[in-house]
Amino acid sequence: MGQQIANGVFLGSIYALFALGYTLVFGVLDILNLAHQAVFMLCAYLALFLVLHLHLPMFAAFPVAVGAGGLLGLGIERVAFRPLRGRADSNVSGLISSIALATVLEALALQLFGPDVERFPFGIVPDRSLRVGGAVISELQVVIVAIALSMLLALTWLLRRTALGRRIRAVAESPKAARVLGVNVDRVIASSFFLSSALGGAAGVLFGLAFNSVSPDMGRAVELKGLAVIILGGMGSMPGAALAGFALGLVEVFTVAKLGSSYRDAVAFGVLFLVLVLRPRGLLGARALREA
Amino acid sequence: MLLSLSDVRRTFGGLKAVDGVGFQVAEGEIHGLIGPNGAGKTTLLNLVSGLIRPSGGEIRLSGKRIDRLPSHRIAALGVTRTYQNIRLFPSLSAAENVLVGSHLRRADPLWKRMLFWPSCRREEADAAEWTAALLARVGMAERAGELASSLSYGEQRRVEIARALASAPRALLLDEPTAGMNPTEVASIAVLIREVARAGHSVLLVEHNVKLVMDVCHRITVLNFGKVIADGTPAEVGADPGVIAAYLGSEA
Amino acid sequence: MSASDLWLTYQSTVAFVGLNGLLALSVYTTLSCGQLSLAQAGFMAVGAYASALLTLHTSAPFPVVLLAGALAPALLAVPLGLPVLRLHGVFLAIATIGFGEVVRIFFVNLEATNGALGLVAIPQRTSLPTIYLALLGALFVLWRIRGSRAGYALEAIRQDETAARTMGIDANAYKLSMLVLGAAFAGLAGALDAHFNFMVAPESYSFGRVVDMLVYAVVGGSAAFYGPVVGAAFLTLLPEILREVSGPLGLEPGPLRLFVNGLVLLLVVLFLPNGLVSLPRRLRRWRAERRGEAYAP
Repeated sequence: MGQQIANGVFLGSIYALFALGYTLVFGVLDILNLAHQAVFMLCAYLALFLVLHLHLPMFAAFPVAVGAGGLLGLGIERVAFRPLRGRADSNVSGLISSIALATVLEALALQLFGPDVERFPFGIVPDRSLRVGGAVISELQVVIVAIALSMLLALTWLLRRTALGRRIRAVAESPKAARVLGVNVDRVIASSFFLSSALGGAAGVLFGLAFNSVSPDMGRAVELKGLAVIILGGMGSMPGAALAGFALGLVEVFTVAKLGSSYRDAVAFGVLFLVLVLRPRGLLGARALREA
Repeated sequence: MLLSLSDVRRTFGGLKAVDGVGFQVAEGEIHGLIGPNGAGKTTLLNLVSGLIRPSGGEIRLSGKRIDRLPSHRIAALGVTRTYQNIRLFPSLSAAENVLVGSHLRRADPLWKRMLFWPSCRREEADAAEWTAALLARVGMAERAGELASSLSYGEQRRVEIARALASAPRALLLDEPTAGMNPTEVASIAVLIREVARAGHSVLLVEHNVKLVMDVCHRITVLNFGKVIADGTPAEVGADPGVIAAYLGSEA
Repeated sequence: MSASDLWLTYQSTVAFVGLNGLLALSVYTTLSCGQLSLAQAGFMAVGAYASALLTLHTSAPFPVVLLAGALAPALLAVPLGLPVLRLHGVFLAIATIGFGEVVRIFFVNLEATNGALGLVAIPQRTSLPTIYLALLGALFVLWRIRGSRAGYALEAIRQDETAARTMGIDANAYKLSMLVLGAAFAGLAGALDAHFNFMVAPESYSFGRVVDMLVYAVVGGSAAFYGPVVGAAFLTLLPEILREVSGPLGLEPGPLRLFVNGLVLLLVVLFLPNGLVSLPRRLRRWRAERRGEAYAP
């Protein structure tokens, strides 16, 4: 039982990190960025490349990959979202253009890296196991959970305590009001994308390490789980995304233990469905869609 | 009585937008609904047309309760409306907008369409005639083929009224139809409203233009802070001290 | 390459243009009343499996098999639609994506159909004429709806659902009908595809599949009922043409197709939002402006 919980927390921390990026952008722009999973995947590849070919140690490759993820996010915003800003149907057209960009990025990855799964070299990360209260945990898992949690906390601190955070929350509340108050809405949106994609990239590297597998389609599977997480947690709610991420991780692990692994994905979608039908605003969500 | 409201209430969060409103509209009557900004007039129209549900009270059409019905059912029972910020279908023409409004009057089964049934042609021609007649009634006959989005403000309002009349409703709800109009345009709307009532439709007219309301309406209900503060003929309401007080200091 | 080899390759491309056209129309039906539904891959799977099972286990004639392929998902669309069509925009899209995935996972786990391996050795009963007959049938239905009372109601719902309701239009009923119709189209395409490609396997009906369908509809233009077919034709043929180029450049056909799909979709969404079918009008306007004339559409 303790083992399940440990595994669930571990899986959940990665889901939470990924979902946080999704929900951050949704909270600010009312738009779902479906290119998020491409950043997830590309940063994993970047970390792999840095480690394999430039022989960087992991603790150096990680921040570089995360930073690159943030920059990629800026690019995504500039190309796929900003040109659509004034349009009436910008929610849906933004969704579609982000799908387009994700497809392009996935195609590039497929062409450059091929469809096969790649692995991190042996020994790149500490590999010892610890025994904690009846559960076997690897050092890697501890490190990953620690990194995920500290990023969550860092984001919370940034949003609560810094000027940028206040501006982000203002724009999330109402872009018009924020603009009237002198906030540079374009800059805030760009910053949100930077942060969001940095988190997504971090999740990607951690995921790649955790399961020792990097492939062009790794983003797709997580993308849909990520949707389930943000719906469950409530769109636009960051504590909700974190909470729901851990919840989903735990539920998945327990489902696999009881019903076998073939149903693990069904759980995510089952939850997604029930939530949308019964309580669309999720656990902690405040609103459906903002009235501009 | 065609339309009767009793003790209608609606709260949003903690705010009582409509607080125990009751009044009645007879057949063929033009009934005005006035009050300062935020008095609850548009909310009331939204309640009657079924866009939102009341938190309490009853709304009846010819004795039948309509307050829990979905808006398309309410329209089918004979209540249509226009909107404060004009909601024409932007990429349809004026004529097509009115044609959509005639949805309830038409019978155009799809299976007949699939089989190229001859009666389809005739039905379409009838519908087009009806549409043209309505547009002529509101003075928009020459602009029938124009895209709704390229019409002027006043023209759009008139098309919207034609569209609301297209289903031959028993009651027509007008939400500030003369907002932003010059006196000539207001006068022509007044003529149109009188003509609509003479043709047998009841009209519930929400307006800021108090003079228009006094001229055109048979009876008026005055709202303030979601409550009725006066209800009667224009003469009675105009002399009511509570009404005068409510309007002093607010733009009337 | 001999003439018969040439025909074989050519034939399958033409077949895919037809099938993709039908799939694109299945996404269009819901787009035409303003709903972005992405469940069609799931509907396609249901149609494919239902029809394949009928063929493999009974001696039902092909028309009956195809009918079953269209009806099975159409019936499924009703219990899906009733709760889900209350949602709008992104929420509806996500719910329908979820549904499609649940269907796929269901088939992956279904012992009776060999799980992830799917069904094989399905006799090829689909011919080019059959595919195009189905496509034309779908186009016919959509053509007759346009300009009718129902067609205008759908357009009204798309442009302003609330206002449409206050004119007596039962938006829920119309939206559900379009979902069911789209499911029938997708199921029919699935059945035709299963009997053309000899097999059905869950991996063919993933989220990526419905994204393809959406791309065809958006690229072609979802304002006109024939737009999605234009998009499907364009995006099915383009990679074939580019294949000539890709070989020498060392580009893989799989990634190339994906790349082209994504790039074209992006360009269309950004610069030609009403799709390829709006291109002639755009060009005329641009040329008129160039010459300094006023442009009257």
